[in-house]
Amino acid sequence: MASTNIYDNFVTSLTQSIHNGLYSSMSPTWALITELAIIGFVFLMFYALVGLFLVYAERKVCAFMQNRVGPNRVGKYGIFQTIADFIKLLMKELVVIKNSDKLLFTLAPFIIIIASFMAVAAIPFAKGLHAIDFDIGILYVIAVSSLGVVGVLLAGWSSNNKYSLIGAMRSGAQIISYELSVGMSLLTIVILAGTMQFSEIVQGQEFGWFIFKGHIPAVIAFLIFLIASTAETNRGPFDLAEAESELTAGFHTEYSGIKFAFFFLAEYMNMFLVASIGATIFLGGWMPFHVSGWIGFNQVMDYIPPTFWYLGKTGFIIFLMMWFKWTFPRLRIDQLLTLEWKYLLPINLFNILLMAFIVLMGWHF
Amino acid sequence: MNSFFNYFADIFSGVKSLLIGMSVTGKYFFSPGQIVTQQYPENRKTLKMYERFKGEVIMPHDANNHHRCTGCAICELNCPNGSIEIVSARIDGPDGKKVRVIDKHIYHLGMCTFCSLCVKTCPENALAFGQEFEHAVFDRSVLTKILNQPGSSIIKGTEE
Repeated sequence: MASTNIYDNFVTSLTQSIHNGLYSSMSPTWALITELAIIGFVFLMFYALVGLFLVYAERKVCAFMQNRVGPNRVGKYGIFQTIADFIKLLMKELVVIKNSDKLLFTLAPFIIIIASFMAVAAIPFAKGLHAIDFDIGILYVIAVSSLGVVGVLLAGWSSNNKYSLIGAMRSGAQIISYELSVGMSLLTIVILAGTMQFSEIVQGQEFGWFIFKGHIPAVIAFLIFLIASTAETNRGPFDLAEAESELTAGFHTEYSGIKFAFFFLAEYMNMFLVASIGATIFLGGWMPFHVSGWIGFNQVMDYIPPTFWYLGKTGFIIFLMMWFKWTFPRLRIDQLLTLEWKYLLPINLFNILLMAFIVLMGWHF
Repeated sequence: MNSFFNYFADIFSGVKSLLIGMSVTGKYFFSPGQIVTQQYPENRKTLKMYERFKGEVIMPHDANNHHRCTGCAICELNCPNGSIEIVSARIDGPDGKKVRVIDKHIYHLGMCTFCSLCVKTCPENALAFGQEFEHAVFDRSVLTKILNQPGSSIIKGTEE
């Protein structure tokens, strides 16, 4: 089972040499603090870059699906459009709302962004390339990412605006419902993998990703995960929390400038997060496409760096979610809850039983 | 039992209709040649406007600098914004009687909402819509236009 990937040594030796260099040049406490600061800085940069790129990608994908060109003025093919937008948002006034709860109003965007920022830490980008490898990684991600709804509720509550409040309440109902489906579809794979640790889940997919290994129940779980996670990130067709046509902008109606940018960034970051969890759990994360026994083929696949595999799979799921958003009309709140409680949840519960049975009988690959 | 089957039939018909929708947008996504929007400042040379487009109110003149406006001021009365002002003059007609002719047909483009009531109600079809749409100017007074060209006169036979 020993991995022969040529890039693994590179990543491990790079992180190890930084680690050794820091610990040899200063006291362990300071070395630890420096390491944390470096990791935080790297993630912050990564966060900003991914957010900016995803906003651009979304606008282009949306444009092509609607037979338009999309942003094409700032730079070649408009690639600097989002950077220009970001600079504009930075320079805008932060409007203070009368009779709003000032503290909570300021706190809300930070809670949302911290929730998605914490969850990124557990994602493995390549072998040994993750900030922290919990042995209950999936539980941690589910727990941390659902903190975001607190921020949405606070934003709606503190804005002193009825539309914001309605949007926030919808979002609360939605996330409480769909959290269940996301958790259960991930549990289905946990049964198959036998572990909750991300690194071991990825390692378990060395010869065959779980979506192939678990065949029917895994595919059903993947579909449910796609639907439920799209709902959990408050994206269309489940964007009731901001429903432009009914609630102006829902919970972030009253936000302006950089606070609005935080909400905007967090939405795209959550999408990236959910897509990377989906890619890691169902599509093998950074693990290249291997077929057991085809040694030559496997070696060719190994030449593609694992981070590229990871980004490719994540990009695929992100594209699927964008495709959903720009195809389907928005659900009403009752349709939304019907979909969850009458369809996804029963199917999901049955699917877990099916997966447990298949694992018990050894009918998986 | 029937409702049990309906439950699954609902799921599959729902998924099917969603897939149809996704195939439509997917087809658009993977064939960017079908783009229908235009790149405006670049295609200015070849830009073709449509007959129906309401750019501004104009008064068509023929080759001999003749128009069809009798100065009856029906357009002025019908204009909801007061963006048309008619200044008419009385001149001696060929048979010795005084005849009303248009002196200035003043059109305030800045106040016009392009409702086309003037064009529709004109009894002589003297007004029409032009296709010009680049109306941005640095001085508001430029938007006040005199539609009848200097020295123009009415086409013979159109008078009352």
